[in-house]
Amino acid sequence: MSSSVHTVRETDATAAQGAPTTTVDRYTTGARINHWVTAICLVLLAISGLALFHPSLYFLTNLFGGGEITRIIHPWIGVVLFFSFAGLFLRFWKLNLWKAEDGTWMRRIRDVLTAHDENLPELGKYNAGQKIVFWGMAIFIIILICSGLIIWDRYFSSYFSLDTQRVALLIHSGIAILAILLWITHVYAAIWVRGTFRGMIRGNVTGGWAWRYHRKWLREEAAKPRDTTTSHYH
Amino acid sequence: MASPRAMDIVRVSATSTANADVQFKDEVVKLIDVSRCIGCKACQAACIEWNDRHEVVGTFDASYDNPTDLTPDMWTLMRFTEYENPSTGNLEWLIRKDGCMHCADPGCLKACPAPGAIVQYSNGIVDFVADNCIGCGYCVKGCPFNIPRISKTEGKAHKCTLCSDRVAVGQGPACAKACPTHAIVFGTTDEMLAHADGRITDLKSRGFDNAGLYNPPGVAGTHVMYVLHHADKPEIYAGLAKDPRISPLVQLWKGVTKYTGLAAIAGAVIVAFVHHVVNGPNRVTRSDEENARRLVDEENRT
Amino acid sequence: MTNSWTDIRNTDLVVVMGGNAAEAHPCGFKWVTEAKANRGAKLIVVDPRFTRTASVADFYAPIRPGTDIAFLFGVINHCIQNNKVQWDYVNSFTNAAYLVKEGYSYKDGLFSGYDESKRDYDRSSWEYEIGDDGYARKDTSLQNPRCVWNLLKEHVSVFTPDMVSRICGTPKDKFEKIAAMIAETSAPDKAMTSMYALGWTQHSKGSQNIRAMAMLQLILGNIGLRGGGMNALRGHSNIQGLTDIGLMSNLIPGYLVLPVDSEPDFNSYISKRAFKPLEPDQMSYWQNYKKFFVSFQKSMFGPAATADNDWAYQWLPKLDVGSYDMLRAFELMHQGKMNGYVCQGVNPLLSAPNRKKITEALSKLKFLVTIDPLDTETSRFWDNQGAFNDVDTKSIQTEVFQLPSTCFAEEDGSLVNSSRWLQWHFAGGDPPGDAKHDTWIMAQIFTRLRDMYQKDGGAVPDPVVKLHWPYKDPNDPLPDELAKELNGYVIESVKDPNDPSKLLLEAGKQVAGFGVLRDDGTTAAGCWIYSGCYTEDGNQMARRDNFDPDDAGFYPKWTFSWPANRRIMYNRASADINGKAWDSNRKVIEWNGSAWAGYDVPDIVPSAKPNVVGPFIMNQEGVGRLWVRNTMRDGPFPAHYEPFESPIANPVAPNIKGNPACRVFPEDLAAFADTASKEFPYVGTSYRLTEHFHFWTKHVWVNAMLQPEFFVEISEELGREKNIGNGSWVRVWSKRGSVQAKAYVTKRIKPITVDGKPVHIIGVPLHWGFTGQAKKGYGPNSLTPFVGDANSETPEFKAFLLNIEPISGPTV
Repeated sequence: MSSSVHTVRETDATAAQGAPTTTVDRYTTGARINHWVTAICLVLLAISGLALFHPSLYFLTNLFGGGEITRIIHPWIGVVLFFSFAGLFLRFWKLNLWKAEDGTWMRRIRDVLTAHDENLPELGKYNAGQKIVFWGMAIFIIILICSGLIIWDRYFSSYFSLDTQRVALLIHSGIAILAILLWITHVYAAIWVRGTFRGMIRGNVTGGWAWRYHRKWLREEAAKPRDTTTSHYH
Repeated sequence: MASPRAMDIVRVSATSTANADVQFKDEVVKLIDVSRCIGCKACQAACIEWNDRHEVVGTFDASYDNPTDLTPDMWTLMRFTEYENPSTGNLEWLIRKDGCMHCADPGCLKACPAPGAIVQYSNGIVDFVADNCIGCGYCVKGCPFNIPRISKTEGKAHKCTLCSDRVAVGQGPACAKACPTHAIVFGTTDEMLAHADGRITDLKSRGFDNAGLYNPPGVAGTHVMYVLHHADKPEIYAGLAKDPRISPLVQLWKGVTKYTGLAAIAGAVIVAFVHHVVNGPNRVTRSDEENARRLVDEENRT
Repeated sequence: MTNSWTDIRNTDLVVVMGGNAAEAHPCGFKWVTEAKANRGAKLIVVDPRFTRTASVADFYAPIRPGTDIAFLFGVINHCIQNNKVQWDYVNSFTNAAYLVKEGYSYKDGLFSGYDESKRDYDRSSWEYEIGDDGYARKDTSLQNPRCVWNLLKEHVSVFTPDMVSRICGTPKDKFEKIAAMIAETSAPDKAMTSMYALGWTQHSKGSQNIRAMAMLQLILGNIGLRGGGMNALRGHSNIQGLTDIGLMSNLIPGYLVLPVDSEPDFNSYISKRAFKPLEPDQMSYWQNYKKFFVSFQKSMFGPAATADNDWAYQWLPKLDVGSYDMLRAFELMHQGKMNGYVCQGVNPLLSAPNRKKITEALSKLKFLVTIDPLDTETSRFWDNQGAFNDVDTKSIQTEVFQLPSTCFAEEDGSLVNSSRWLQWHFAGGDPPGDAKHDTWIMAQIFTRLRDMYQKDGGAVPDPVVKLHWPYKDPNDPLPDELAKELNGYVIESVKDPNDPSKLLLEAGKQVAGFGVLRDDGTTAAGCWIYSGCYTEDGNQMARRDNFDPDDAGFYPKWTFSWPANRRIMYNRASADINGKAWDSNRKVIEWNGSAWAGYDVPDIVPSAKPNVVGPFIMNQEGVGRLWVRNTMRDGPFPAHYEPFESPIANPVAPNIKGNPACRVFPEDLAAFADTASKEFPYVGTSYRLTEHFHFWTKHVWVNAMLQPEFFVEISEELGREKNIGNGSWVRVWSKRGSVQAKAYVTKRIKPITVDGKPVHIIGVPLHWGFTGQAKKGYGPNSLTPFVGDANSETPEFKAFLLNIEPISGPTV
């Protein structure tokens, strides 16, 4: 396995000094597509779901071409989400296994929230917060897909009793709210921690970003043998 | 039923502002006297003809219930129950015309997410407005009587309208018109309650001590009522709900969950915003970059 | 019906036995619910199945199919034993006191005069003793052992509650409860109505079933009263009209009879029908027979019927056998003796018994013409439909002409309902496709035949060539023209014999009623009992005035009720011998000192003094007959006979199989299951369901949807015994045929104990065939025996033997 660490002559502000900057590949193109498909699905699901959840948000159905189309496509998007997220899950589940340092990280959440990253332990590719989002989403999506199928009137509802459907409906909306809350956390964290989006957009992060937030991961990556053919200076 | 009826709308689905202060006026009731019903299904035929629906020819399925359940096209259904009365040892063949009960507090309307898809008129009729219906099936879950059915072809919910179109022009529902034994009668609430009283007295005189009116308070009363020989045991009439009420699950969903859910989402956004304002962005510093480069270089050297 | 549908709301007790009014007559049944709701009337249902009528009954009891006479005799016995007899009525208005000739006997199930080889009776010993004065002899003290009352008492005495229970399988306590409820209506101010239908007629003793109840009603004093009567619920909307108009092979319109070959001339025919009163001063209305007959002949043959040619008497066919009923017709076809069949408005492939025989018979025809609004199975009898019509099409050479006709809703005309009301209706739409009115079709056939006879001659051309055909368009007689002809009209003016300057009747005018019909050729009437339906005042059948004085239920201005717009027949009997109503709250007519007056048209002359003319004016004695003399083929009293296929030997006459006076063709006798057959241990019965009308409505998707598929009904006990689950497939077969169906395992049929052994009943509804919108299925006629009632030849569809077994699925 070759290292994903590269030294590049950056053209951006950081690189204006003329010194080459280190970048670290964080996500392959496939992973990024997978992520964004999932993300788009989740957003669409949240919007369409909320539109049918509260009358004051019903106007959002207009984004989909009306209430009926919203009702029709919501579950189908859910299916896409399920498989898309399953892809993410298979890619990342190992990296999201709980480690000793995650406990430490959690105990020092105050430092996390106040950006005292220097007080935090060295972390692998994901911190505990990200892992929680990962596992939370995984569980929520399974619950949502299951409860969603039960209330998918056109194909499946007739196989379930009305009370089962009612329970499913309640669970579906409750879990959907929790999933949205988790999603807000996820997105906000990405916004707050500058340089994060780049990982999901360009596929790499700066060495500094990796050093600051996921140093253990950086060390691991750096320790891998360089593949000179893919090392490149610009 | 000589004069046209006022049909002001008093409740509208998925409309937060309305519905607080419902005032019924000139309420109507369809009274179904189960003790006079002979199960001829003329009501079913009249219903499907008047409403211009088309149900497919099914198969025999171990009972006289045909179709075997309410469907998007068959809005009323005779349900037959062979009941052996333990107190007399006699067989009774209970035949109940199933269909929308037109609850004063309609669960379907409460559950419906589409504004204006379900309305309730001042006379008590609960009506589905197909143009606004999105076919989600929430009304099915909201209904304590399991009445609405979603058409797969149209993607719309359907149920008995109490012939609101006929009632609006001063006529009774088609099923009542067709009923040969006047087991289905239609009129103002007062008229129907008085009629029911007479019927219950007659039934009691024939030994049905528990004869009574089915007008369940759990849904604030209904605009379709039954006279039952055994009003103490409505469930023997093909599972007529003994104490129907909008499911607590639906109440929870359309009540607390709806409001707290949105509040939580809004709260999360606000917390994030405040956090950002207070703490500012979490940035990577130049020394972080240098540290990283050093680390990489060290690794390269080894 | 003696009474009308609307009158049923006046009753105190409804007995539905031999019928299923709520299912087969749901619209009429509303009057039962009215009586229950407004009068507190009670409803009793006696039926092998717990029907939808039973579901709204106050009391239900099961009965084994084909044992109604035993049940009713049990009730009569109960009334006699407990003195629940309306004595004033019985003494005044029945023949209880009449003496029967010496020589009459009843023993071991046979009346005197039986000839086993002919399966028929010499009925001469069933007559009254006639005194020297020519009148019947009576013993008003009812002491003479040969008076009708004592004969009856003796005749029914064996039918104790135990015997009834043994024969009918009705639990004794239930029978006793019903007998007691019925007996209560012997009070003069109580009335019971009997509502019956094919559950009584479709038996080998169908007419006697009805007789038994009629006798009971006379004993209880319930005939002629509001809320009383014998009320036949007719199966088709116009089946009353069918019999009225004489569409039986031995009748001509108005219940006149076709001559037989022992009546070679007019005199021999008419002299037999003098109907001399058997009581002094009694009105015997059939004395007018000749007037009605001659008026009919004038209507048929117009100017060609003259006094000189005995009113064209010889142009009528003379029957060489009792009747050419449907069973005989198919028997003759089967023997190859009848080669052509015009089948108009009937579907014998499903409605005649023993379908195998019907198919074979139709296959032997040279031609078959079907005239029907629907694509009937009969018109497609040659069409192989797999198991549903398993025929070898290639081997059938019958040429079939299928003529589409119109249905009632596409034509003007009248329907006669069970109440005897002639109700005019108007076309609601145009007929589809090539469909033509039946009248148009018949006119086309007739005019072509007439032209052929005129051109080519023939053996007996006159009845055709000289048929009176006065319609404006000979190719298309109009309903109004036909209705006016049935009502009758004046051919020649008749002067008042007392004042020749006045005209009694004016030529060209419609007659006002049958009272003015004459036997001298001056009047014509197609159906005398309909006279008054279309008068100079217009079409009385089209009247729609629901005027009903005192809400008495008569509606005298609604349409026209034959005879003479009378709503309750024998209404004289609603008042006591002095003319006072039995129940002052339910007056029909009363004697007001000078005339009979009230809500209805009296059936006796309005000025006839009470105590002189009896109410039953169609009988020579003017009273109701507990004893019917020689008017029925199978006995002056009914007798309990088992169905031809029975699970037990007749407990009261063990050596008699079936009704001994029934006509049975030899081949069919061989196709009956043995008594108490082990091969066919279960009792079958057929019936209609409310969702359908015969074999018509399976062509309508709404009805087809409401009851889509053929099934049979069995008890839970039989289901367990034979391992048949609810909704699973079974094969059901008789000695004549087999059907496949889903089983409806129900609590509504229970095994009954008959003669000490359990008997299971299998219910076989009709309505399914292989054309139309509903699922393909079978009719019960695949199973039923080829035998009819001794008097009417109505097939025995209600009691036969079957076997049943579970199958994995249908063969198609």
